[in-house]
Amino acid sequence: MKLIISAQNSSLESQVDRRFGRCAWLILFDTETHQWEAFENPGVSQSGGAGVAAAQFVVDKGAEVVLSGDFGPNASRAFQAANIGMQRFTDSTKTVQEAVNQFKYVK
Amino acid sequence: MQIAVASGKGGTGKTTIATSLAQSLAGLANVRYVDCDVEAPNGHLFLKPEFTEITPAVIRIPQIQTEKCTACGRCVEVCEFHALAQVGKNILVFPQLCHGCGSCTWNCPENAIIEVPNPIGTIERGMAVEDIEFFRGLLTISEPMSTPIIRQLKKMMHPQPNTINIYDAPPGASCSVVETLRGVDFALLVTEPTPFGLHDLKQMLGILRDMNIPSGVVINRDGIGDDSLKDILRESNIPILLRVPFDRTLAENLAAGRTLVDVYPKYRDILRELYQKVTEIVGGKAK
Repeated sequence: MKLIISAQNSSLESQVDRRFGRCAWLILFDTETHQWEAFENPGVSQSGGAGVAAAQFVVDKGAEVVLSGDFGPNASRAFQAANIGMQRFTDSTKTVQEAVNQFKYVK
Repeated sequence: MQIAVASGKGGTGKTTIATSLAQSLAGLANVRYVDCDVEAPNGHLFLKPEFTEITPAVIRIPQIQTEKCTACGRCVEVCEFHALAQVGKNILVFPQLCHGCGSCTWNCPENAIIEVPNPIGTIERGMAVEDIEFFRGLLTISEPMSTPIIRQLKKMMHPQPNTINIYDAPPGASCSVVETLRGVDFALLVTEPTPFGLHDLKQMLGILRDMNIPSGVVINRDGIGDDSLKDILRESNIPILLRVPFDRTLAENLAAGRTLVDVYPKYRDILRELYQKVTEIVGGKAK
C-alpha cells in the first residue's frame, strides 16, 4: 500500500510536518516493498490553494492513504472524492519512520 | 479627482479623515464616498447614508458540463489559484479559491465549462449627509476574497467632471489595498507616529512607488510616539499635509458616531486647504 506522509525534510528520519498543505516535503512510502521517495510539496510555495495543490499531487502519485497532522476542508474534499484515506499523526509521532510504524490499515 | 485614503496599519484614522474630507468638499463639488473596506466597512456609522440600491456582488465560477468533459485536465493545469482539482474522471471546483479569472473556461478544448455567478457580497448605494453619494461593498461573512467586490465597486465610479471620488481603503498592504489604489490620482496616507504606524507606512510607500501614485501624509494622534516618522518622510520626499493632535475629546466623539468636522468645524477649511494642495500635486492629470 502506498502512503504519503507530510514531512519537514526529505528522509525517513525527518520530523513529520503537522501541516498538510504547507508541509515542505511529501514522502511516498510503499508498505509492501519498503521503498520510499521524497518529493517537494508543490503546495508550499503557492500564495493560495496550497491544500488543493498538495492534494492533487497525492492523488496523481496514486497514494491510498495520506498521513498528516490535520487536513483542511479543501484537501479533505479532494481526498474524499478520490477515496484516499486520511490519518492523523498521534501526539507522540515525531519522525516519518515512526509515522510509518504506527500506521495501521483501517478499511 | 480620485483620492484613496490608505494607511497600512489599521485604526490610524482612515475613516476619520475620509469622512470629514467628504463633508468638507461636499459644498464644492459632487462628492462620492466609497467604502472599499469591504470586510469591515464603517463609513456608514459617520455619514449615515440611506441605502436605496443594493446589488449582489458576484464572481463567475466554473461549472463543469460533465457530458462534454473529457477529463483532459487542462483546466486544472491553467488554474493559477488551485480552485480546480482532478480526481479520476471528475473535476472538482473549489469556489472559495476561485478568483473568477475565466482561464479555465477560455482554455477548455471541449467548451465543457460554463460560468455561473457565485454571490460573495453586496454593493450598496445611497445618499448620505450633506448630499454625499455613498457607496460601499460588503463581503459576506465566511467569504475569503474581498478583491472582486472592490473591483466591481470601482467599476461603478466612472470619473466625471466636477466629481471627487474618495476611496476609503481597507487596512493592510495586500491585494485589496492595491485594488483600491489602482487608477487613483492621489493617495492620502493616514498614519500615527508609532513604530507600528511607521512600519506599515513604509510598505505603503513601496507600493505607491511601484504604482507610480503620488501621495501625502496625515499624521493622526500627533504628539504620541516618536520622531522616526519624520526622517522617513524626509528621505522619501513625501509631504506632511496635516497633523491631527491626539485628543481624548475627539476619540470620545468618534466613538459616538460624530466626525472630525462635526466636533471641530475648523477642520472644514483645513481639509479644503489640504485638497487644494492635493490638486496642486496632481496637477492637470486628475481624472
